[in-house]
Amino acid sequence: MTPSVRLQEMIRVIRSARTQGEERGIIQRECADIRAQFRQGDNGERSHSLAKLLYVHMLGYPAHFGQMECVRLIASPRYSEKRIGYLGAMMLLDEKQDASLLITNSIKNDLSHSSQYVQSLALCTLACMGSAEMCRDLAPEIERLLRASNSYIKKKATLCAVHIIRKVPELAELFTPTARSLLSEKNHGVLHGAVVLITELCERNPDTLNQFRKAVPELVQIMKGLVTSSYSPEHNVAGISDPFLQVRILRLLRILGHNNETASDAMNDLLAQVATNTDSSKTAGSAVLYETVLTIMDINSESGLRVLAVNILGRFLLNNDRNIRYISMTSLQKIVQTDHNAVQRHRGTIVDCLKDQDTSVKRRALELSLALVSAVNIRSMMKELLIFLSTCPPELRSQTASGIFNAAERYSPSKRWHIDTILHVLTTAGGDVRDETVPNLIQLITTASELHCYTVHKLYRALVKDISQQSLVQVACWCIGEYGDLLLKGECEEIEPVQVTEDDVLDALETVLQSHMSSPATRGFALTSTMKLSTRITDNVDRIRSIVSIYGSCIDLELQQRAVEYNALFKKYDHMRAAVLERMPVMDKNSPGHTNGDTSGEIKEPDPSKPKPVEAGLLAEPASQVCDLLDLLGGTDTPIQPNPAPASTATTTSSADLLDLLGGLEPTPVLQTVTVTVYEKNGLSLKIQCDRQTETEVTVTLISSNSTQTDITNFNLQAAVPKSVQLQMKAPSGNVIPAHGLGQVTQTVLLNNPNKVSLKMRIRVSYSNQGAVHQDTVQIDSFPSPASQPSISPL
Amino acid sequence: MSGQDSNDLAKGRRVHVTGLLTSAFTAISRKAHAHGIERNINFKMQFMLLFSRQGKLRLQKWYVPLSDTQKKKISREVIQMVLARKPKMCSFLEWRDLKIVYKRYASLYFCCAVEDQENELITLEIIHRYVELLDKYFGSVCELDIIFNFEKAYYILDEFILGGEAQETSKKNVLKAIEQADMLQEEAETPRSVLEEIGLT
Repeated sequence: MTPSVRLQEMIRVIRSARTQGEERGIIQRECADIRAQFRQGDNGERSHSLAKLLYVHMLGYPAHFGQMECVRLIASPRYSEKRIGYLGAMMLLDEKQDASLLITNSIKNDLSHSSQYVQSLALCTLACMGSAEMCRDLAPEIERLLRASNSYIKKKATLCAVHIIRKVPELAELFTPTARSLLSEKNHGVLHGAVVLITELCERNPDTLNQFRKAVPELVQIMKGLVTSSYSPEHNVAGISDPFLQVRILRLLRILGHNNETASDAMNDLLAQVATNTDSSKTAGSAVLYETVLTIMDINSESGLRVLAVNILGRFLLNNDRNIRYISMTSLQKIVQTDHNAVQRHRGTIVDCLKDQDTSVKRRALELSLALVSAVNIRSMMKELLIFLSTCPPELRSQTASGIFNAAERYSPSKRWHIDTILHVLTTAGGDVRDETVPNLIQLITTASELHCYTVHKLYRALVKDISQQSLVQVACWCIGEYGDLLLKGECEEIEPVQVTEDDVLDALETVLQSHMSSPATRGFALTSTMKLSTRITDNVDRIRSIVSIYGSCIDLELQQRAVEYNALFKKYDHMRAAVLERMPVMDKNSPGHTNGDTSGEIKEPDPSKPKPVEAGLLAEPASQVCDLLDLLGGTDTPIQPNPAPASTATTTSSADLLDLLGGLEPTPVLQTVTVTVYEKNGLSLKIQCDRQTETEVTVTLISSNSTQTDITNFNLQAAVPKSVQLQMKAPSGNVIPAHGLGQVTQTVLLNNPNKVSLKMRIRVSYSNQGAVHQDTVQIDSFPSPASQPSISPL
Repeated sequence: MSGQDSNDLAKGRRVHVTGLLTSAFTAISRKAHAHGIERNINFKMQFMLLFSRQGKLRLQKWYVPLSDTQKKKISREVIQMVLARKPKMCSFLEWRDLKIVYKRYASLYFCCAVEDQENELITLEIIHRYVELLDKYFGSVCELDIIFNFEKAYYILDEFILGGEAQETSKKNVLKAIEQADMLQEEAETPRSVLEEIGLT
């Protein structure tokens, strides 16, 4: 019985086991056998025992006792033992194991073995699992083999060199000289390896990249040879001559031609030729065409060539093969920014792909669709996206929801449409939206004063139908609290009104309060709304009073605190209740990203400058207002309204703040906003706009815009001021400034200058544009001063 | 990704753009973290798995250093994901920061994990080439051939792909090399059994 049959016999026996337990028993016996074999030393059976062990290992059982055996077998003079030994090393040893170092010497010896198949084993193992140390040790050997060996070994040595460079980048210099000469090899294997090696070298070192640009004509020649050559059966795949090599060369050309006119020019003709002549009926051809398109789009190609490339992608998009459609969308995604109009032409097909069965295709289509939304197509696109949201797989929902919000914010044709869209998303996918959605929506609603009636009716209906979507419930509660009077009036122009009694409304709110589905935050919203209604309804104030007092002993601390304070409002400060619970003013519009249809950033981030925890703001207000009012009882009788600016920092109310509130209620000069450009260079311009200025405080907004062709990314401003001045920079609206002046980044800066020194500010600008990092400093010596007459503002 | 809070008042807060528009097209490197390994160049094949429709692993080749537990975990996840796919779906999956390219041949799934800049279609061609090689070697290969001769399947793979890259693009040359190596192995084994037979060892 030949030994290999024994291995197959073992496999058969293992496979015939009927239960997991039986299999384990067999494996245990076999492993014991194997261990015994290993202990016996050299008897010709070791290789077969190791093979058995490797099989057992593949089934998932531990096999570390075979590691030393691998080391021993590798050192054996017999090829059969070396072969399995090296395989074992690749399977059982990795660079984290100590035993892997032990094979370094064997590999070194085998690299100079007389048999090329032994050399091949060593090269393969080194390239598969060679650690950084091993690579350092053996690099000179590999370099020698690169220069002087037959093509069989050379091709392996080049890929080994690639691995070495990946592990130890400093060794790249060792291989650079030889790499160039490898391009003149005729053997496709060596050529392929050479191209991979050169690609790796160029990616890691810009100087090497420059050097290899001179090789572009040579590479173009090789490609031409492949594309126009007559049928060569050895390398032919579905009519394409060596697609693997073609793809690699195209990729190298891409890297060499990127951002370089001369190199790009040299390859224009070739790319046009490949793009037009390659037959894409089979995958091999499509693979080459795909790589060609990627190359065309990434180098400085002529516009005609670019059009050709986009057309190819368009053709791919209509292909029956899902794989082709998928990669077409991946590529379109990459160029949607730079060639937006070209991609827009295919919008219909892309939107259709949203309905594809395949999740991968859906995902690509979603990303692309969101990138294609514009002011022109917003209505139809949104319709499609909302349909998609209701049927899309769960892993895509939150991405879709945030995409829809972003798009709505940028391009919504009207406020009502915007609110409707957000409500639609909340009803469909309320659980998958981000936390900032609630305050964003509330802020939006407050700005649309003509739609308050419509909004509250719509929300009331949604609330009555379903109280499980927390975001929706929170917004609904807030609106009902604010605009409950409009709801109860029962007339509305834009929507068919619902006849609602006060009891109905209170019932709805109480349901939310008591439901186990409501989160603590939601219940907070509901309680506050109930309280607010006490000033907006006439009959059921007692009911509200009783609800509020019940929650005075609620276990939830937040609710309890609120209830107690509202109770106090009922009991001790009833005369102020109306004033305290009056309508909230329109919220701070200067918050970045909240101007309808005019956003600069693409960010939805928690912005501290806007009233994010709305209920906390409300909470602090009654307390702070109460103290204010006490102090002002002898003062003016101007209507006290909750000041929006303090509301945003209300979470840190302290006595100092209260005094500031008092100060804030004094008439402050209102300025016309003056904007001055302080920096303009390389297409980036920075303006400073003075929002507010008192004797000791200045609030300015820094507005940055970009008139270059490409987006500015990683945009960051840092500021320094004189010692006695205190600086507070609010979060910027974003760190990407769209190109062509399409958008701006704003950042609010508060300066407190108690010593009234002359205000100066030094700003350091840093950003990336077109792959280069820029840094600059600008000094602002004088701030724009107020231009108009001071006037009393009804804050 | 969330921004990092800076306590330094002189700096503005940094936030990461979680927008859906990808940055301008570039093939030049960016750092990627795959399974705790830092990669600058995103073309590499990281691993190849062959498994049956019941999820049993028939071959696993790893081109990145990982512990056994990590390999097991990753295999399990990938196998589950691929088996969950329906028949007519496209051959590409996105998983973590890798692309999984897979194709089913009879009862075996061939699955490659490549980094995100790699050309998926050429990876499909690589898989197909490997299947053709197995087919030529075993003569109408089936899953059982790979089960009972798994070490040969590895040898063939290692003659076709080295360090995650294709080393030989000619089918003929790969098969020739395997043939020669097999002969060498036989020669190394035969003298021993002859000696055994005549009782000298």
